[in-house]
Amino acid sequence: MQAALGHPFVIALPFVVGVLFWLVALRERRRGLITGQTFFQRNGTAVGLFLIAAVAFWAVFMIVLPQLFMVEMSFRPKLPPSAIGGPRDLYTLQNYHYFLFGSPTSSAEWNFIHIKAFFLTILASILVTIGNFLLCYPLAFYMAQVANGARLRFLLLLLITPYWVNEILRAFAFRVIFSSGGLINKLLLAAGLLHEPIDFLGMDVGMYAGLSYAYLLLMVFPLYNAIENLPKAQIEAARDLGAPWWHIHVFIVMPFAKPGIASGCTLVFMLTSGALAAPLVLGGPRSLWFTPIVYDRFYQAFNWPQGSAYAFILLLTCIAFVLAVMRFGKLSLGEITR
Amino acid sequence: MTSRSVLRVIVGAYLVLFFAYLFGPLIIMGITAFNTAPYPTVMPFEDFTLKWFDILFRDKDMMLGLQNSLKIGALVVAISVPCGLAGAMVMQQVYARARSFYYLVVVSPVLTPGVIIGISTVIFWKDFTGATGTGFLYDGIILAALGQSSFISAYCMLIFLSRLQRFDRALEEAGLDLGASNAQVFRHILIPYLRPAVLSAAVMAFLSSFENYNTTTFAILADKTLTTVLAGRVRQGSTPAISALAVTIIGVTVAGTVVYELLKRREDARKLREMRTAQEAEERELAVA
Amino acid sequence: MTADVELDGLTVRFGSFTAVADANLRIRGGEFFSFLGPSGCGKTTILRTISGFIDPTQGAVRIGGQDMRGIGANKRPTALIFQSLALFPMMSVADNIGYGLRVRGVGKSVRQKKVDELLHLVALGDQGAKKVDELSGGQRQRVAIARALAVEPQVLLLDEPLSALDLKLRQHMRNELRAIQKRVGITFIYITHDQGEALTMSDRIAVMNRGRIEQVGDGRDVYNAPRTAFVASFVGENNAIVGFVTDVAEGMAVIEGKLGRFRATNPLGLKKGALATLFVRPEALRFGAADNSLAAITREIAYEGNLTHVGLRTAEDTHLTVLLSAGEAAPEMDAPASVGFDAARAIILPPRQDD
Repeated sequence: MQAALGHPFVIALPFVVGVLFWLVALRERRRGLITGQTFFQRNGTAVGLFLIAAVAFWAVFMIVLPQLFMVEMSFRPKLPPSAIGGPRDLYTLQNYHYFLFGSPTSSAEWNFIHIKAFFLTILASILVTIGNFLLCYPLAFYMAQVANGARLRFLLLLLITPYWVNEILRAFAFRVIFSSGGLINKLLLAAGLLHEPIDFLGMDVGMYAGLSYAYLLLMVFPLYNAIENLPKAQIEAARDLGAPWWHIHVFIVMPFAKPGIASGCTLVFMLTSGALAAPLVLGGPRSLWFTPIVYDRFYQAFNWPQGSAYAFILLLTCIAFVLAVMRFGKLSLGEITR
Repeated sequence: MTSRSVLRVIVGAYLVLFFAYLFGPLIIMGITAFNTAPYPTVMPFEDFTLKWFDILFRDKDMMLGLQNSLKIGALVVAISVPCGLAGAMVMQQVYARARSFYYLVVVSPVLTPGVIIGISTVIFWKDFTGATGTGFLYDGIILAALGQSSFISAYCMLIFLSRLQRFDRALEEAGLDLGASNAQVFRHILIPYLRPAVLSAAVMAFLSSFENYNTTTFAILADKTLTTVLAGRVRQGSTPAISALAVTIIGVTVAGTVVYELLKRREDARKLREMRTAQEAEERELAVA
Repeated sequence: MTADVELDGLTVRFGSFTAVADANLRIRGGEFFSFLGPSGCGKTTILRTISGFIDPTQGAVRIGGQDMRGIGANKRPTALIFQSLALFPMMSVADNIGYGLRVRGVGKSVRQKKVDELLHLVALGDQGAKKVDELSGGQRQRVAIARALAVEPQVLLLDEPLSALDLKLRQHMRNELRAIQKRVGITFIYITHDQGEALTMSDRIAVMNRGRIEQVGDGRDVYNAPRTAFVASFVGENNAIVGFVTDVAEGMAVIEGKLGRFRATNPLGLKKGALATLFVRPEALRFGAADNSLAAITREIAYEGNLTHVGLRTAEDTHLTVLLSAGEAAPEMDAPASVGFDAARAIILPPRQDD
């Protein structure tokens, strides 16, 4: 199929959807199913126009169209600028084919490096997510149910402050600690436990530690918010009835905090699997992480369609994760993003 | 009560370890900024120096990156605060059947990896500005601001939504009833009511923009920001000048937090005073009636 | 300046729910008029329709003879005092009161003068610089009144503004509201579910139930001569006796039910054989024989100083209440008693449509 028609179609799409919703609303108003003031009656012309313009610009030009353009590009071949829109500009699956099987000229059966990096990224992200949950849950519970007043406020401040140090610097801090001339190696050498420094960075220890560290706070806050709403009386009642402490957590606190857990896990997974800073700064030359590969498709291979396809694969993975969390926890999107 | 005290010790130890994990790396990095050693290290601590700060502030690329970061931050605030506000107001009014769809669309950037947002922003605006003859918009700083704003607007929207949920619509109606136009109600009543939220949204938007790397590194094109310069330096090799930058940022953040906390305390004290005055007036009134 | 308010066949529907059904009413200029009814009866909808926040589905609202269709809330000669008062928390007391003038483009000095005047009217002379959050409940009430009066409305609409106040203060504020209305002389339209408020303040009252205006009249009319069973039971306490009309003559009727045979006034001219309810006020019931009498057992005696409430139960399990004034002797507890009433002080009405 000719790719030249793609852009007009894609640009029209969000507007068509908007108009469709508007027509349905109009019909229901005429039938009396919707009553009350109309949008412009309620807001006035000036404010109403501002609202529509701002939301349309944001939703259409900053969110929907860029994503649709990226998806559309991922189905195009890589062509020199002069050939774009020409007879060779046909929709193709070759970029996805490349992800699975590598270049047509390669002799290997599968594109092992990219596939392995992809699955390793997913797996490591899941492990980091679980690790962060275990690390943060006790703190969130402590803040929400035990600490109060000035101490709680102090803890919250302590948590927020390092969050504003940017990701690169946070990753750099880990490099200072884990590098072969870094603190840990120096300490171990000085203690006589080692004779030669260990290459922590080459072993990806630094990278995983940095990844877990980077998004710790995005786990603490949703958990804290969810547990905070649990009435203290429920825990006391359970304790009165003689429930052991682990029972209270597994069967009372965690089910109650489910939206917060889902929200924290989704955020951490999404950010970890899409992380670029920690792998770049802490990854060794042989480290496999998917986002640097995507980056390289754009700025090393200069193959934008292929990069788009890789980005889309990552996006689909994140969507699948969110859907799985929603299905598994029987939650709505609103509960996760609160 | 010994099991109780054992529990206390365990909780205390856990808290100490957690915050050691949180602050340890930053503190160690901070110390390296003051060590004369040419490589960021705490052991051995050779001698105290401030030369790394001097080197940092003389670094032309860093300073240029800082300038761009500030420009992008200002643009992001200018885009995402109004977009977030409009998004939140529309969320409250949007036709019920479209609400969940609308919510999905505007919240999706929060759940999309930053690199993808950066990539898609570049792809779209390259084609769009090319096709519409607005090539001057295809600029690293503008694209970075647009890319970042797509998800920062969603953060702002969530801030506005939580404040709007506590808004008594009767205030708007009272304004209208007294003769104000819709635009006057918006300016005189809604915006002042939302002012604390506008402020925190603006601060949050600026800080998120300033520290962003994933989206920016794609969207910035040939330009640079402080974070992208930093990333390049870190990849080239470690120098204590980078630690010095971290110390500077942490210093500014801590100062900001302290100021915020002081302002908040003053505000709380004022609220308490007002409440007391109201209570006293109430008591006097009941005594008279 | 003051104006009439006219409701002409006013109907308001939300989807399939009818909030107000065919309301026809003329409120005279300068009148203190109340809408009285339980929550959900449509009184707030009427008020919001008059103020312009709701468009009528059918019919019209006319103020001073002018149809209000298409005229927004901000262009109507009305001012509304909200149940929550809706004072602007971000403005001082004086700025709240002056807001209506500010949006009308009135200059600062003129505004200041008017605000001072109003602050004195509501006895808040020195409180102008305060923030709204520093005021007591009664003071807020006064600010809301002053803010509404500042725009010199022809009609002031009040949506249960006293409901958040302490009981003692509420009674105090009733007198004050009434005094302010007398002084400014404009039409007050007041919404309440509290019959005491409606009866003490209003020139006339419209009693509403389920979207319909059941009766319009002054306090005495509504209390002494209710026209529907709902009005009879909602306004003040009443004893109800159910039966069928068996005889009619000269404005009177006789009903017979399981409690016996009773004669009372028949203002609506119910026909023989109609199902009916007889209402008699607790203060009209007396111990001892009369031309209408029935037997019951004393179950409850509540002494309240100047009054005594006596609760009785008949053999058929109907509850009756008798109100005795200070000098009258109360019967013995749990003893059989005979109570009766004067036919002229009881009233026979059709039964309630809605239950």
